[in-house]
Amino acid sequence: MKTSLYKKLQRRIIFITLLVSLAPLIVLGATIYYQFARMYGEKIEEQIIYRATAQAAAVELFLKERIAILCAMADTHTFSDMADEKNLARIFEVMNARAGAFVDLGVISNSGQHLAYVGPYNLKGLNYYQHPWFDDVMSKGVYVSNVYMGYRKSPHFIIAVRRQEGLNIWILRATIDPDIFEDIVRSAQVGKTGDAYILDRKGVYQTRPRFNGEILTRSHLNPRVFGTRTTVIEEKNAEGEKTLYAGSRLKDGKWLLVISQDVAEEMTGLFATRIAEIIIIVCGFLAIIFTTVFTTRMIIKRLREADSRMNELNAQLIQSDKLAALGKMAAGVAHEINNPLAVILQKTGWMEDLLVEEEFRESENYREYKESLNKIEHHVERARKVVHNMLGYARKMEPRLEDVDVNDTLKQTIDLLKNHADTNNIGITTELSDNLPIIAGDQSRLQQVFLNLMTNAIDVIGSEGLIEVTSRKVDSFINVDITDNGPGISEEVQKKVFDPFFTTKETGQGTGLGLWVSYDIITKMGGNISIKSEVGKGTTFTISLPAVAPEKK
Amino acid sequence: MDAFRALVVDDEEDFLETLVKRLHKRNIDTTGAPSGEEALEIMKKKLFDVVILDVKMPGGMDGIETLREIKKIQPLAEVILLTGHASVETSIEGMKLGAFDYLLKPIKLEELLTKLAQAFEKKDAHDQKIRSARIKELIRFPGRVLEQVKEEK
Repeated sequence: MKTSLYKKLQRRIIFITLLVSLAPLIVLGATIYYQFARMYGEKIEEQIIYRATAQAAAVELFLKERIAILCAMADTHTFSDMADEKNLARIFEVMNARAGAFVDLGVISNSGQHLAYVGPYNLKGLNYYQHPWFDDVMSKGVYVSNVYMGYRKSPHFIIAVRRQEGLNIWILRATIDPDIFEDIVRSAQVGKTGDAYILDRKGVYQTRPRFNGEILTRSHLNPRVFGTRTTVIEEKNAEGEKTLYAGSRLKDGKWLLVISQDVAEEMTGLFATRIAEIIIIVCGFLAIIFTTVFTTRMIIKRLREADSRMNELNAQLIQSDKLAALGKMAAGVAHEINNPLAVILQKTGWMEDLLVEEEFRESENYREYKESLNKIEHHVERARKVVHNMLGYARKMEPRLEDVDVNDTLKQTIDLLKNHADTNNIGITTELSDNLPIIAGDQSRLQQVFLNLMTNAIDVIGSEGLIEVTSRKVDSFINVDITDNGPGISEEVQKKVFDPFFTTKETGQGTGLGLWVSYDIITKMGGNISIKSEVGKGTTFTISLPAVAPEKK
Repeated sequence: MDAFRALVVDDEEDFLETLVKRLHKRNIDTTGAPSGEEALEIMKKKLFDVVILDVKMPGGMDGIETLREIKKIQPLAEVILLTGHASVETSIEGMKLGAFDYLLKPIKLEELLTKLAQAFEKKDAHDQKIRSARIKELIRFPGRVLEQVKEEK
């Protein structure tokens, strides 16, 4: 239960920390990315608009140049000059030398008759009167056609200008080299996916697109969606790939120059940036998560340790509180019992006094009385011992401080018990360290502890056994081990041995106070007493006393 | 050992009664008092060699207080304190106030008798000294001593 509490706390800390540290990172990353993406998109759009506009201007300029040359030729020559094919060939040569891109040149009379022609096709003698462009050029003066197949069966377009020479009106007509024209348009095709082409009003390709189409076929684009100024539209295909189209009108809006670009290609820079950003953010994430988890775990571990230390301390406090309360109670009880005991002892004493008198001596039951009194006294003595021990624990007297030689005390104690042990066939061996310091303590109380432990050892062995007593210095402590090879103590019982009134001896044999008092004496001396036992092998009590040097006198 | 006078002060009536009887049987002139107040009253009327005083007497005067008063009335009477284990400090305080010794309850009569004898011996030795001092004084200044005796009476 406790563990899950820590787990819960750990999860909560990690969650909150991550939320607080990751959320701004995500928001910041997303904001920067979207701002950047927007700016990037705007830049791309701007660029494509610029390119479309510039290319449209270039195409327009090309057309204007051709028209200008054609007009100039028409204006500077008379009909009779032009009608002469030799002259016309010379003029054609000059025009191509100066401007180029003309495929042929022809003179057409006001009745639509092709009077003179220079060029690779034999078009002389054809009549254009019925053609729609003928009316156009006659009324407007200049005409640039859409691309068409015409008589020659190859895509081309023509420029025609009208010349008014007095009453005589005639037309100078030239065909533009579709390849040269296309080259100009295509120079705007950039990158791997960039395309550039011209559409007429109906969306028919006027130049060959790089992808998806042929000249004079219908494009999927509807030119009407483009405005009069350069406009950008975006299109998504079935696979979700986006394409940008910029359309710029030229030739008085009759043609539309389209530049297209796959967004994906243009966006590679942005994608690279995005990947870099994602990598940085992910690294940040990992670092934050790792650090958070690591530090939180460490904190929780520390907390746990502190808690367990606290619990230990609490347990110790509770234990000492318990013992103190017990002590007080013991003192009270002992005192209450002492008084009746004193009275009983006096009464039996008085009876004994009386028994000595003659008349009683002769009584039949004199012996019985005498024996009963002795028994009563014996049991009062027992009760007195219990009370004495209890009071011994309870009394608050400061222990006396004197010079104590631990080894000497042990030896004296062993001497006291030698007889008792010998009669039970119990050997006592000693292994006492020579370099024990003399310590300040209360020798008689220390002896009481040794006596308690050794008597216990003799009692648990019963007969035939061995008690080992060792003393040694460990750091700033003197450790005394008293080991018996008796039956040992189970773990259950080990926990209780220092409790008051706990005894394993038969009723009437032990008060259950010996170890309790011993424990109290040793802890009051600043030491510790512990038990280590294994059932069937024996028991070791270890007394650890602080080696406090006596004050120098 | 001359027959000597002892006063037992204890609030436990049964104890008091029996102890007095037992001491009587051993030819000690013993008086019993169930409280400190009564003990003082008795002592104002009669001289005692040894007083056996229970330290812990709830209700009424406690042992130490009684001891102080006793020492005022009869400074020469020796006092043996009876104490439970828990009141050893009180006994020590009593010793400082001039008690002869203390015994732990419940007492064995033999121990008490030994202590009584010791106390009496001390008192006796003390009395002897006083007596011999008086004799010396009497020899030197008989008049002054006679006056003193008169005053005392």
